[in-house]
This record gives sequence, structure tokens and C-alpha cells, in this order.
Amino acid sequence: MTDDVKKKVEELLGSGKIKGFLGLSKQNGHVGPRLFCKGEEVDNLVTGDRNLSGDSRYPLNKQLINLARGYPDDTFGVLVRGCDERGLKVLYTWNQLDPKKIIPVGIACPQELADACECSRPYPEEFVAGEKAEPVSSASVDRVDGLDLIDRFGFWMNEFARCVKCYGCRDICPMCFCNECSLESDGLIRTGDIPPEIPIFHLTRAVHMAGRCIDCGLCNEACPADIPLRTLYKKVADILDKEFQYRTGFTTDQKSPLNILGPAPTE
Amino acid sequence: MDYRTVLTTCPHCGCGCNFYLEVLDGQIIGTIPCKTSPMNEGKLCIKGWNVHEFIQSPKRLTSPLVRKDGVLTEVSWDEALDYTASGLKKIRDTYGSDSIGFMTSAKVTNEENYLVQKFARAAVGTNNVDHCARL
Repeated sequence: MTDDVKKKVEELLGSGKIKGFLGLSKQNGHVGPRLFCKGEEVDNLVTGDRNLSGDSRYPLNKQLINLARGYPDDTFGVLVRGCDERGLKVLYTWNQLDPKKIIPVGIACPQELADACECSRPYPEEFVAGEKAEPVSSASVDRVDGLDLIDRFGFWMNEFARCVKCYGCRDICPMCFCNECSLESDGLIRTGDIPPEIPIFHLTRAVHMAGRCIDCGLCNEACPADIPLRTLYKKVADILDKEFQYRTGFTTDQKSPLNILGPAPTE
Repeated sequence: MDYRTVLTTCPHCGCGCNFYLEVLDGQIIGTIPCKTSPMNEGKLCIKGWNVHEFIQSPKRLTSPLVRKDGVLTEVSWDEALDYTASGLKKIRDTYGSDSIGFMTSAKVTNEENYLVQKFARAAVGTNNVDHCARL
């Protein structure tokens, strides 16, 4: 799998089409993000599997935004899985990245990872390595939905109570690019306290993830309290799909319906 | 263009979480927790997440300060060390070794912590050594 990606990246760098390729590398025993600028550096490129498939994924799109802001005239390549590609589409729609300046190099996730992520599309539209895995439905959401209202509320309050307010879910999120964050706004949440006010802190973020979350699951992996944030945001995405037939990151020609101001209310 | 992700250890507490600092043209612009670090496994606390904001803060001290006539004044290391050494000697000679205590830090290395306790015990003659990680 990795060899196919290396070949493609070497080709892109060699042709001068891209200034650099943002991917993952293995160095000093650790897997981490790296910008490859020369063909010969590509030797230690990896796709983010260490002990388990996809256990070392990083917010490459978030780093790509930083690069694009610093060097808006240059074109960059980036390693994408299905979720990352959905992320790129949303970032294009929100004018955070220019599709003409990005060349994605896709990999398809194996079934093992698709199952672990409960991923609705575990492959990008085009990929150079891997095989298409079957989409997986969200059993985690079904389990929580199966509880009655009181138990469901109790379940979430119990999860939120462990929060240490590290803001890791926001800081790792490739879709969190706002200059001002509601989670730091005193009008919505008491900002000076640790732990945070629950459930408002988490629900504020959940509402903001509607139409924004592309279900990469990095927040879940970054949470030191193991709060199942991914399940919460999957549910929010399901509501958006049901109510507005909008699936985040599946199209580039449509903004989130929550961002459209309709006619003024008549009453 | 020079963009690097530099693997390093959090300077805050004694846990030793690993993260990558995003460095664009010499400016540190972001912190990304290291997934493969056995210590933090891709997680960080709020202090670790914001390391990139304080490292380059213009508010950081760049030289020793000594209070002169009630005003903190920048001085050379030689002057600061002479002032501290003579002050410690005076207190020890007047009130005894156990009138002095040493607070050391989780933000420094084991070797530096070793030196502080060695200095306390061998040079000053007290066992009054404590550490901010007790907090």
C-alpha cells in the first residue's frame, strides 16, 4: 500500500506540480506528520498504521490550512482517506482551501478500520492504494438511541462529567477554523471555570459540528477522558441528513443548510 | 518555505507528554499531540495544547532581574548570582541552614533537580527541598 503512495508522491514532486506533500512519516520510532519537499525524503513515508490499521492518523487538513495561509500561491499534495476527502470538500465550500492549489493522494481504508470507525464511506473518490471497504452503519448511535430519554440524558451527563476542558476536541479538529470560538465566548458558556458547565459546553460544540463534522474521529482519539464525542457528532449528522437530506462532505456545491438564512419569520 | 513538525516533550509538568510543534519559517504556529507516544497516546491537557503560544511570548524574561530601590531591574548573570549567593550566606550565618528552603521544578531535567538538592544538602546544609509537582 505504502509503495504505491510513495511512487505517486515521487512522481508529483519530480514533475514540480506540487511544492510539497503533506503526509506521515516514521522517524525515531514515532509516526507523525511531515511535509515532504524532495523525492528522496519519501523513503520513510507511511500511511498511519502502527499497531492497528489507521491508529496513527493526524489532522493533516488542519496543517494544510496553515500552509495555504502562509503560501497561498503554492500547490500542495496531501494524503487523504475517505474522511479527509470529505473534510477537503467542506473546507473548499467554506473558502478555507482552494481546490486548484491542492492535489489529494487517496488511500482506501481496510474493512477493519471502516468497522472501527463505523464509516459511511471509507474511501475517497480516487485512490492510489487499498481496496474499497463496505460502508458501515453506526451501531454506537443505535445503542444510545435505544435508551429511553431519561437514561439517554443520564448516559451523556455521565460521559460529560469526566471532561477536563482541555479543548483537545476543538484543537485537533480539522474543521474548526473559526477565528472566534463559541467555546470561549462568555455569552454562551462560563469560560473561567474548570471543569466546564455540562451539558452546555459539549452541546454547543455538537451544534457547531452539525454540517461541519466529517466524521474523522480525531476528537474521540484526542479526548483524555474517553468521551464518545464521535457518537454524539454522528447523531447530529444523522439529524441533518434526515431533516435536510444533507450529508457533510459528500458534495462541494452545497453549504450546510444551517448556514442558509431563509425568509424572515412571519410571526 | 521551511515547514517542519518537530517532535519534542512538553515543558509543563513531570509527565513528559510528547507532541509535534508545527514550525513555519522559524515561527512556532501549532501543537499536535504525538499518537505513538506511550505517555500520552495522542492526548494532551489544556496547558500542553497551548505550548506554542507561550514559547515565543514577548512577555518571557530574557535576563535576570534584581529589585533595586523597589524596582525590578535587568542585571547580568554575574551580578544576579553574586547577589543571591551573598544573600543566602548572610541568612544561613544569621539564622542557620534550616532557615532556608529550596523549591525546584517539574519543568527542568532530572539532572537539574539533582543539582538543586545536592546544593541544598552539601553547600547550604539543609534537607528543606520541595517540588512544584507536589501541588
